[in-house]
Amino acid sequence: MSKKKKGNNGLGRLKGFSIQFLPYSEIRELNSNERIKKILGIILGNNILILQGKLLANEETRLIGDTMAMMGHVSDFKGIELAVISGNGDMGFFRKIGKGLANALSGGDLGAVTIIGPATIVKEIKRNPKKIELFLNR
Amino acid sequence: MVIKILKNFFKRIFSNIFKDRGEVKLGFYGPPNAGKTSLANRICKDFTGEEIGSVSKVPHETRNVQFKEKVEIDFKGKKMVFKMIDTPGIATKIDYEDFLKYKVKKKQAKKRAKEATEGVIESIKWLDDMDIVVVVLDGTENPYNQVNITIIGNLVARKIPVLIVANKIDLKKVDKKKIEAAFPEYDVIGISAKYGTNLEEFYESIFKLAKKV
Repeated sequence: MSKKKKGNNGLGRLKGFSIQFLPYSEIRELNSNERIKKILGIILGNNILILQGKLLANEETRLIGDTMAMMGHVSDFKGIELAVISGNGDMGFFRKIGKGLANALSGGDLGAVTIIGPATIVKEIKRNPKKIELFLNR
Repeated sequence: MVIKILKNFFKRIFSNIFKDRGEVKLGFYGPPNAGKTSLANRICKDFTGEEIGSVSKVPHETRNVQFKEKVEIDFKGKKMVFKMIDTPGIATKIDYEDFLKYKVKKKQAKKRAKEATEGVIESIKWLDDMDIVVVVLDGTENPYNQVNITIIGNLVARKIPVLIVANKIDLKKVDKKKIEAAFPEYDVIGISAKYGTNLEEFYESIFKLAKKV
């Protein structure tokens, strides 16, 4: 993962943020509501979240939906940037589904890493099969 | 009791017959500005003479789910009736300032952003109601976008048949192979909704997909 930014200004001009790692064990026992609430709580604290594993497909859409619902109600909140990196080498996400690896959809998938950041801090997460780039807002 | 059982039995049989002969709910999903409405318009115009919605270069032009019912697609002697459902583009962030670049006034941009967020929520809610879905991707954009993956992941989880369309093949920058590499388990059809290019292959795939319902 690399961090890049455009322009000549240094990272010193960024508003404060931190990167928070969340092991899957901390959300394993939570239901979908609680998981989303926990994740949004971290994001709204101006943190970039690195989650071990991945959410269920319906949790991802739920997260997007809840994010949209919060916009306009939480000041300066413009949404999130989200990316999931699979840990299964050359096998793409959908190839795994085709191969019947149920955990790709059923959540968990501890070989994966999910990165979620508030859009005010994370400008873009560019993903290619073998690399991920995090672009930050100035 | 026996009458009740028989009643339910026939009700089920007739409802299945009705379902088979009814409309196939065809949803258009994808990120903003991929060409969902352009494609839906092209199909509706070809078979009903009317369009489903307006298109614009400004993202999030479609901010409500739009329908066109009883669209009978007549392709190579085969006929099938569809309910076309054009959905707002799904995004994880919406910033009104992005609309200002398109010379939209600030007040309008803020209104558009608010409506767009509601549109995303509406699109997500409609996922459960689709029989088949065409995921429309902009062929010039990087397909490894989490929104694309999330949409398709949800459709797979709901066992809804999916067709991926790489739109804008009229543009030089388009990279259909990249989309095929990103989604190797799916048929990817390259089209230009704007110019109506390669729609024959598209209709063929839609008919195949509808048979899975």
